[in-house]
Amino acid sequence: MLKINNLHAKLEDEDKQILKGVTLEVPAGEVHAIMGPNGSGKSTTSYVLSGRDGYEVTEGSATLNGQDLLEMEPEERAAAGLFLAFQYPVEIPGVGNMTFLRTAANAQRKARGEDELSAGEFLKLVREKAKTLNIDAEMLKRPVNVGFSGGEKKRNEILQMALLEPKMCVLDETDSGLDVDAMRLVADGVNALRSPDRAFLVITHYQRLLDHIQPDVVHIMADGRIVKTGGPDLALEVEKNGYADILAEVG
Amino acid sequence: MSEAAVKTRAAEADALTQRLDALTLPEAGFTAAARADALARLRAMGLPHPRDEYWRFTDPRPFNAPLPQPIPLEETSPDSPLFTDRDRLVLVFVDGRFDAAASSDLALDGAEIDILSQAETRADHWAGALYGKLEAAGQTPVPRPFAALNTAVAADGVLIRVTGKPAKPVHIIHRRASAEADVSWHHLIRLEPGAELTLLETGMVGARSNGVTEVDLAPGARLNRIAAKRAGHQKLGFSGIFARVDAEAAFKNFELSVNGTLMRHEAVVEFVGDDAVAHVAAAVLGDGRTGPFHHDDTVFVTHGAERCESRQVFKKVLKNGAVGVFQGKILVKPGAQKTDGYQISQALLLDDDSQFLGKPELEIYADDVQCSHGSTTGAIDETALFYLRSRGVPKSRAIVLMILSFLADALAEVEDESLREDIAERLDAWLTRHA
Ligand SMILES: Nc1ncnc2c1ncn2[C@@H]1O[C@H](COP(=O)(O)OP(=O)(O)OP(=O)(O)O)[C@@H](O)[C@H]1O
Ligand SMILES: [Mg+2]
Repeated sequence: MLKINNLHAKLEDEDKQILKGVTLEVPAGEVHAIMGPNGSGKSTTSYVLSGRDGYEVTEGSATLNGQDLLEMEPEERAAAGLFLAFQYPVEIPGVGNMTFLRTAANAQRKARGEDELSAGEFLKLVREKAKTLNIDAEMLKRPVNVGFSGGEKKRNEILQMALLEPKMCVLDETDSGLDVDAMRLVADGVNALRSPDRAFLVITHYQRLLDHIQPDVVHIMADGRIVKTGGPDLALEVEKNGYADILAEVG
Repeated sequence: MSEAAVKTRAAEADALTQRLDALTLPEAGFTAAARADALARLRAMGLPHPRDEYWRFTDPRPFNAPLPQPIPLEETSPDSPLFTDRDRLVLVFVDGRFDAAASSDLALDGAEIDILSQAETRADHWAGALYGKLEAAGQTPVPRPFAALNTAVAADGVLIRVTGKPAKPVHIIHRRASAEADVSWHHLIRLEPGAELTLLETGMVGARSNGVTEVDLAPGARLNRIAAKRAGHQKLGFSGIFARVDAEAAFKNFELSVNGTLMRHEAVVEFVGDDAVAHVAAAVLGDGRTGPFHHDDTVFVTHGAERCESRQVFKKVLKNGAVGVFQGKILVKPGAQKTDGYQISQALLLDDDSQFLGKPELEIYADDVQCSHGSTTGAIDETALFYLRSRGVPKSRAIVLMILSFLADALAEVEDESLREDIAERLDAWLTRHA
């Protein structure tokens, strides 16, 4: 599904190399986790994958089902099936959550040559998904993320993911800021979407989330590279001992 | 005075004479004295000059010229007309003259509606005591020559006196019939105690226009005024609102302004009774691609009573060399305790060529007040833009959504939801066309 090969990226306006050769493959149907110290380049990887301005790819490649992601506009990547749940979801005053969700869903459908959903159909769909995520329907009337608590913002990200039904879901610290119950809801939301033709890349600092979302593979990122890859046990090891041992081991 | 200064003075007096000579003075009835006074005021203050304190950012010369450049009539409008899908009392003005055939019957429960040109010669008209009065009061401390000019020469307008709560809004619609018309109109809106009215004003204005609206709100009255006049390209327009707001009354004024070479909107509001509310807001969209765009809002709010609330909310979206100006003042007189005054003016610049000039002012002579102002100039928030695009929203649409987001606070000043939606649609259509 997602293939990242030797990806190098630097800041566009500064001579600062952030990704220094990320190589990673997430096959369809699998859940991969990325852990790693603060500032190691996890969010940057997600931004470069989704096409945020301000980064320049200097080397390497990233493809989604064989399509070159790096050549596409962010909206084209979304239509191709990529979804990023933001570490810091953005507030957009004055744009209603429903308007936003419907504009996004229909834009993607249109880009894929599918019929747009009517306001009625869409409303029904949103209500249903919101309910399973325990999101108050009143919240959806408010502007995008405005006045949402940290946890509500994260749940709203998962709601968007559930509505857009992407192929490749990248979750950047969706667990941080969530209370125990919300974490379970989010994990349930993710698990409900797990399917043989969908894959997940879950960026997290905590084993806690991985208790609920069982990863197939765990990657450790440090200083712009994947330095170690292993099974679910690797996350337990990090939880127990921190990164020092792993980093020492890989030099 | 130096020889040069004498010469300049003489040239300016000449310019005023030429300006006045180019006009046809209407046959006046009950307004005759007010018109003569206004003319005298105008002669005393003269036409504005770029050295005048409130004309530094906006060159008045195109307004000073005896005649405007003719502008061909628009063949079609890219937008469907606003507010048409509701019951309204429609008053049509063609090049500033009332068109009875195109208008509704003037009868409206709870209101008395007359047309200035028809009522002028009637004796004892209520409007006789109001015409030009608020404009004259609004000349201190800042002179407003074009408003005085308007009072002197305006040929037509509506005279609305509201005593109850009419069931439907009054909708003034402007149309053009000639390319060169130099149009002026003067409306008087008087709301008696406890009366309520929604006043809409839309349509296409002339090559050059000058509209003044005097608003007199008695205690407890409520006026919602929503203006969305179409300037079209190349037009020159001046408008002045002069409002006197008495105790517990509420005045809400919203203007949507798109296009136009040179637009100057002045709003002068004075609280004369306690516990009243006045909000003046505007959403302005300018694209310099189709010709120069310069839009100036100049606002003066005087708190002369206690516990009044004033809001100024001005948002301008500027691109391709468009220029936006905001000059807004809150004056709190001695004794106007517990005043709550707030002013925000913001520009969204869509490129580096566009420009916003802001002059916010507070002048406060009471000690127990809450007054603040803010003025910002910014670009589209790249993070939010990326957020929208990452969800699949195409860039051009994402930009429109971000601009609507920027305008939302101004639009929120329109209380009626369906009117607000009509305006939002108009904004959306314009932004999509100019994406
Ligand atoms: N736009 C930027 N400007 C300056 N520095 C940046 C920018 N984006 C990323 N960086 C730097 O790149 C490095 C990697 O940042 P990134 O946000 O990808 O880390 P992270 O692994 O997600 O960290 P965390 O666990 O704290 O979220 C950091 O040193 C960060 O300061
Ligand atoms: Mg991060």
